[in-house]
Amino acid sequence: MKQTKTKDHASLAEAFIKDEERVDWHDGALWFIRQKRDIASKQIPEWEQLREAASTIKSNVISNLHDYLLQFEANLTRNGVTVHWAADADEHNAIVYSILKAKEITQMVKSKSMLTEECQLNEYLEERGIEVINSDLGEYIQQIDKEPPSHIVLPCIHKRKEEIGELFHEHLGTEKGMSDPTQLTRVARKHLRNVFLTRRGALTGVNFAVAETGEYVVCTNEGNADMGAHLSEVQIASMGLEKLIPQKKHLSIFLRLLARSATGQPITIYSSHYKKPRPGQEMHLILVDAGRTRQLGRVDFRDSLKCIKCGSCMNTCPVYRKSGGLSYHNTISGPIGAILAPNLDMKKHADLPYASTLCGSCSNVCPVKINIHGQLYKWRQEIVKEGYAANTKALGMKAMAWTLSSPGNFTSAGNAGRWFMHNIPFVVNNRFNPWYKQRDMPEGPKESFAAWYARNEKKE
Amino acid sequence: MYSSYQSKRMTTREKILEAVLKNQPAATALPDITMFKGDSAGLVERYMAIFATIGGAVHLVENLEEVKELLAKNFDSSRRIVTTLPELAGMAELISVAVDPHRYEDIELAIIRGDFCVAENGAVWLTEDLMGQRIIPYICQHLAVIINAEAVVPTLHEAYDRIGTGDFGFSGFIGGPSKTADIEQALVLGAHGPLTMTVFIMK
Repeated sequence: MKQTKTKDHASLAEAFIKDEERVDWHDGALWFIRQKRDIASKQIPEWEQLREAASTIKSNVISNLHDYLLQFEANLTRNGVTVHWAADADEHNAIVYSILKAKEITQMVKSKSMLTEECQLNEYLEERGIEVINSDLGEYIQQIDKEPPSHIVLPCIHKRKEEIGELFHEHLGTEKGMSDPTQLTRVARKHLRNVFLTRRGALTGVNFAVAETGEYVVCTNEGNADMGAHLSEVQIASMGLEKLIPQKKHLSIFLRLLARSATGQPITIYSSHYKKPRPGQEMHLILVDAGRTRQLGRVDFRDSLKCIKCGSCMNTCPVYRKSGGLSYHNTISGPIGAILAPNLDMKKHADLPYASTLCGSCSNVCPVKINIHGQLYKWRQEIVKEGYAANTKALGMKAMAWTLSSPGNFTSAGNAGRWFMHNIPFVVNNRFNPWYKQRDMPEGPKESFAAWYARNEKKE
Repeated sequence: MYSSYQSKRMTTREKILEAVLKNQPAATALPDITMFKGDSAGLVERYMAIFATIGGAVHLVENLEEVKELLAKNFDSSRRIVTTLPELAGMAELISVAVDPHRYEDIELAIIRGDFCVAENGAVWLTEDLMGQRIIPYICQHLAVIINAEAVVPTLHEAYDRIGTGDFGFSGFIGGPSKTADIEQALVLGAHGPLTMTVFIMK
């Protein structure tokens, strides 16, 4: 993987926005998807009630998770699926490795799974001599470019087709300069079909896991999860604890919301319900904690566990659209990533809750009604309290607190600011002022509102 | 086989369950979802309209003879065609549950029955017994599904009412040909699954 973790969101975004044409295109591509979501949701008169029902069901899951986990485990076992529990990424990866090793499998095909990205499973297995191929087209493209996905639904949304053509030329031997999306997709189809046919091990993520029946649902548009799973000897599913839903009928609520929120489709092409292994096949399911129980204990942030990973908060976010997913230096980017990441490592991700204007658009489109912008605001307070805020932010906040603490301080600071902007503007219009980057400072007003009001009140 | 971490697995399981119990909030109730229902008027017409918009082909037919004629006209009969319908044995090979699924890698067309379909989203509900083998509707280049005209439900709510808890080893909705828009959001039909999907609604 390309090392992007040493820089913070602001500096990574700064690199991304240097190419203005690309930023405009990226912004437009994501906004187009947001608009498709709007059209799809408005065709359902009961859309808001569906969101409310989904959110209430997920509240019930979060508040009864212990019992649902036991019920799910018992049903999986009855169905002939081997259940594993993993406390963290390392344990998860070790379990996958041991399952493959027991069958002497050295090549595995994987469909989209943000959890295994989060666990860095591919790297772990490759170090131990097991080759992994990501079969979702976007994830495959990101894998051959040795880059993580920049979006949970659209992994290579930040790439231009010419760049993808170049990657295919290098890795799959296509003609140089070929960049037609249909032609490129056909090449990948042919190449990956051979992968599906020759892999004895297949791993998928999980969209929804039904406690009542012990089955799990995987949603794709490409059909890659099914091609891998139904041709495999060993099928593995990795899921975070929060993917549970109580009953099968609740799938009606979530499947109506998921694809419409994600891409504006009425449903994903494939919604596959896996319950029992086919004769001669082994099925394993790994339940992964990796910080989820900790987040469950955070009263202000536990609702983030309701997320169904549709990506709509990313598509609508003005900061995400203009800074790109990779600038979040976390597997899950965008607004939802910025409230999940500080739970995993508050120090490393202290910058992410600030990658937001707090405009609230994310909360308005969220199909399970997570108060995303409220949580971003709460994380900022938490981060400052824990002493993880960047120095410039802490200093700025202190200066602001002093300024706002008394009317006298406020008036003199205002006077000073206006004087500097009028008389020696270069003091603020310089590269040491982070606000000045990519912006011009506004022209300062001649007087403060208080002074204007005092003057005009006298006139009357 | 997994004895090396068997004991560790138990402790992880217990640790996770203990942490969940400690951290989960006070129990809240499930909502009533029985009021979610769709309009049951004009289901066939609505299904046909939506299925066309998601890139599928759909025909309203009188009988299997009509299905055969349309298939013969639209697909290459010199290639391998498979089916679960004994009535189509003259034009296609019957799918066997005993065959290694890899042996179906070269099928051009698969013709199967669907249980029912959903007007709001175009999806067809298939269970593994109807697929012949699980891999069939995914590995074929072209997929054709036959559904009775009475078996169209308005929304997913009616769909899951009909499915119930249904004990199928594998089942799923399929709503059109496989697709991707991963390259610059350009829609391409035929990602890893079928390039086309045809639904025959039988009166």
